[in-house]
Amino acid sequence: MSRATLRTLIVFVVVSVIVFTLPAFVNDFRAQQFSYVGIYLVALIGLNILTGYTGQISLGHGAFMAIGGYTTAILMSDHGVKDIVTIPIAIVVTGVAGFLFGLPAARLSGLYLALATFAIAVAMPSVIKRFEGFTGGGSGINLFGTPELTASLTPVRLFGFELTFNNWLYYLAWSIAMIGYVIGWLLVRGRTGRAFRAVRDSETAAVSSGVSLARTKALAFGISAAYAGAAGALFAIATTYVNPDTFPVALSIFLLVGVVVAGLGSLQGLIVGAIFIQFMPLWAQNISKSPGAPAVVYGAFLILVVLALPGGAAGLIARVLQLTRRGRDFQKP
Amino acid sequence: MAQFFQQVVSGIASGGIYGLLALALVLIHRATGVVNFAQGEMAMFATYIAWTLTTNHGVSYWPAFAITLLASFAGGFGIHQAVIRPVERGSQIRVVIVTIGLLLMLNGLATWIWTGEVRAVQSPFPGGTFEIGGVAIAYADVGTIAVCFAAVIVMWAFFQFTKVGLALRAAAVNPNEARLVGVRVPLMLGLGWGLAAVLGAIAGMLTAPSVFLDPNMMQSVLIYAFAAAVLGGIDSPIGAVVGGLILGVGLNLIGTYVDFIGSDLRLPAALLVILIVLLVRPAGLFGKPEVKKV
Repeated sequence: MSRATLRTLIVFVVVSVIVFTLPAFVNDFRAQQFSYVGIYLVALIGLNILTGYTGQISLGHGAFMAIGGYTTAILMSDHGVKDIVTIPIAIVVTGVAGFLFGLPAARLSGLYLALATFAIAVAMPSVIKRFEGFTGGGSGINLFGTPELTASLTPVRLFGFELTFNNWLYYLAWSIAMIGYVIGWLLVRGRTGRAFRAVRDSETAAVSSGVSLARTKALAFGISAAYAGAAGALFAIATTYVNPDTFPVALSIFLLVGVVVAGLGSLQGLIVGAIFIQFMPLWAQNISKSPGAPAVVYGAFLILVVLALPGGAAGLIARVLQLTRRGRDFQKP
Repeated sequence: MAQFFQQVVSGIASGGIYGLLALALVLIHRATGVVNFAQGEMAMFATYIAWTLTTNHGVSYWPAFAITLLASFAGGFGIHQAVIRPVERGSQIRVVIVTIGLLLMLNGLATWIWTGEVRAVQSPFPGGTFEIGGVAIAYADVGTIAVCFAAVIVMWAFFQFTKVGLALRAAAVNPNEARLVGVRVPLMLGLGWGLAAVLGAIAGMLTAPSVFLDPNMMQSVLIYAFAAAVLGGIDSPIGAVVGGLILGVGLNLIGTYVDFIGSDLRLPAALLVILIVLLVRPAGLFGKPEVKKV
């Protein structure tokens, strides 16, 4: 086992321990906020596989989250399926949708892809509103009516512990996030990940090495969308209510902000990105109570990171590690 | 039949607005090689400036219009120099992300300064309609069409007949050779951003009276402008205008005569236009197909 792999494993174990003992130290409200961090983390892993590793920009991941969220909501309210069971179904449905979108999208290069995915994010709410019979239209789908399918009323028992709804949500979100992280890590360091990076770095070189552009891009889209679907399903369970405004254009953009802040093409910084998405609006409220303040701060951060810190949080960590190592080498006689 | 022609006229009016914003996108694409996702928010911000001048500072409409255009030009130029220039030579993805950052900032700033409240904006044109052969035509539509065409013609004349226009085209087509013959390329690209901001501001101010002013006013217009620019070819100014007109008239007619689409699915219909054009003819109607060097 190489040193890098060992270090990754140690960091992963430490982070897991912190993550799984956290609810014991924080109140119920914080637990809920940190559940959202977990949910965003799931979506960010997916987006980074697509944008960071495969180089395909997506400004429409909120739309994929909407597909996942609505799959869960419709299954729960119309078909009486238990919430946890809907998650894998949402993953499959969204993954297939992403793959199908990826097939034609694979022919679009950088800029045009950004355009097409952005248009999807903008158009999604009006599509949802139009097919009212299926999606509940503008008034959305309420999951309060079916408390027996989720943990909202009755506490969940797990290994002899009784969990409140928010603690249960927290463990659900973070379990999926950790599993998703491991799968993502295995994926990007293997053969598929190499193909992804080859497509990102040079399409021409990738093709001449025998990588199928169309298949690789569509696969990246499918996997990425599957993550977004899981995040969307969790989002629906967490808010117990979905309507077209649950997944606005802003969500798609915030996800991109999260990935850029975390560092494109690196899984390590993603927790920073997820924390940023969840808590930045709250911090921004300290600057100004105006509802516009969070967007200004998000935007300013996004530009600053691109201008001053292209590697994002992960790049910063790597740079600091490199500096300390250089200092250590320097001290050696 | 009267209804058909009425829809065509109002379609040309809204198509003119899409065309203006699409032209702004094309200008920036030619100058910087990216699509400016903040174009709509820049237009929205300019519209707020015009609104606050007329409502809160007692300036009458057309002077306020002129001041707004000047402010937009300065704003577009400033944005290019401050945040676009440093990343211009890097990867496309970084420039796109910067324009997304601008989108967020301008949207938030507008909410911050003017609150998110929806504002009614008065139209500079008289209300009511006049009839030609049984077809009722709104004065507002005629006014909008006139302003759009005037803007396009002025812009075309500027690029075609002035020395600065020539330098601008040179800087966009071949920055290195333009620099060799003494064109100040960064300045010219900044001018391009300024002009694009001006076109956007006109589009914004023409849009506001019919949809009310709020920070998200230009989001859907931007998508129509994207569709128009893609349809005409993202590098072709003529294409942008023609694409805008086709889209405006087409969407209006489809919205009126195809029940399934109605007014709810106009945006998804524009998205479909984008996707189909990109897949069937990525260069658009007037664009030259891109040749990739290996």
